Amino acid sequence: MSNPQQLRYSKEHEWLSTAEAGVATVGITEFAANALGDVVYAQLPEVGSQVTAGETCGELESTKSVSDLYSPVTGEVTEINEDVVNDPSLVNSAPFEGGWLFKVRIAEEPADLLSADEYAAHTAG
Amino acid sequence: MSSTPLRRTALDALHRSLDATMTDFAGWDMPLRYGSERDEHLAVRTKAGLFDLSHMGEITVTGPQAAQLLNYALVGNIASVGVGRARYTMICRADGGILDDLIVYRLAEAEYMVVANASNAQIVLDALTERAAGFDAAVRDDRDAYALIAVQGPESPGILKQLTDADLDGLKYYAGLPGTVAGVPALIARTGYTGEDGFELFVQPEHAVALWEALTEAGAGVGLVPCGLSCRDTLRLEAGMPLYGHELSTALTPFDAGLGRVVKFEKEGDFVGREALREAASRAQENPPRVLVGLVAEGRRVPRAGYAVVAGGEVIGEVTSGAPSPTLGKPIAMAYVDAAHAAPGTPGVGVDVRGTHEPYEVVALPFYKRQK
Repeated sequence: MSNPQQLRYSKEHEWLSTAEAGVATVGITEFAANALGDVVYAQLPEVGSQVTAGETCGELESTKSVSDLYSPVTGEVTEINEDVVNDPSLVNSAPFEGGWLFKVRIAEEPADLLSADEYAAHTAG
Repeated sequence: MSSTPLRRTALDALHRSLDATMTDFAGWDMPLRYGSERDEHLAVRTKAGLFDLSHMGEITVTGPQAAQLLNYALVGNIASVGVGRARYTMICRADGGILDDLIVYRLAEAEYMVVANASNAQIVLDALTERAAGFDAAVRDDRDAYALIAVQGPESPGILKQLTDADLDGLKYYAGLPGTVAGVPALIARTGYTGEDGFELFVQPEHAVALWEALTEAGAGVGLVPCGLSCRDTLRLEAGMPLYGHELSTALTPFDAGLGRVVKFEKEGDFVGREALREAASRAQENPPRVLVGLVAEGRRVPRAGYAVVAGGEVIGEVTSGAPSPTLGKPIAMAYVDAAHAAPGTPGVGVDVRGTHEPYEVVALPFYKRQK
């Protein structure tokens, strides 16, 4: 599996796009989606709510388990992916594209986000 | 995590070549899924699926008093099982608590194969060995003597027919006969844990890969896919089949689990647990304990084992198994609930899903029954 070079990654397996006008897109990585198995329910943060880097902001439920969703950055949620709410399997079929989870207006981002190569090394260990 | 290395089945290398996600199941490194567990589940419901179940624990009981021993050691009437037939039964403690649920195959007049859950195989072996004292019968640990491959789903008879001359049409549900499949000697049993028609093939481990590959090839044209334990769990849950450690435990008698029918008081001779089970039977009739029911979610959140079942702000039961049902398209669960709330359609029942009370409909089990 390949992690898109233009994204940055958290150790909790979220990805973050390059911000446009201060707003970036967040999703989970293909590695995380594969580890979860078929996602059947996505509880995403509410639009307008504040999320904090490294803290839970929702949950993803698969056949076997429930996993917390962490925000990779601090900021305000501007949009959630309603397509994923209606069809959570998008997280498995297109984790880096149609399976994105929410958009956030970044107030602060942690210094320890990983590049694609660093994230690949992180998941290989 | 246990520090003991995981045991690997004879098909281990094959699973890895198929890129299976593996999981620790009762000390065995088993395939959890190969691709999407939902797709694997639906393949078994509509076409066919291939499972490695070599973790299951086979115990052979032989000798002139094999039938008497099993009638004493287990709660069912095993002496009445005809040669070539199988029986679902249980082994209980003297206090009636369930040690394991089992399938017993009568291979010959004086030879039975007992198949125990992997997690309980040693307990069952020890109990049978202990209970064999005084009987002219031998209990043999055959866990390493067999690999077990199951082919399940509506296409499974057609797939198997390509590989064997055995009379599959004459092989009824819960029957087993020795035969040859793909040139390999096998015990062919029409049993399963999916709610579909299907077969379980007990073979020597050194033949497992050849058999798996032959089945894969024979099923390629009709949509047979390899299936992991994840979909096996959702398949059995939809079919309302109990799983030891979830619906069954030493804290429950068969009557508490709604499975009192497996206890045969009318059989000849004493059996372990008889007295306690008599009491449990009348208790269940006069003052019913919690009842095992089905729950179907109105929403999309999945109930998990251990979650509280609630009604009117009170805890009225506990979820024992829960999963998203691929067939129903909704989350489902099995739960023990107080008898007052156990009737199908009882209003106001919910499950506490991590602090939120989600509404659930009480239904009769099973959730799914195949069209015959």
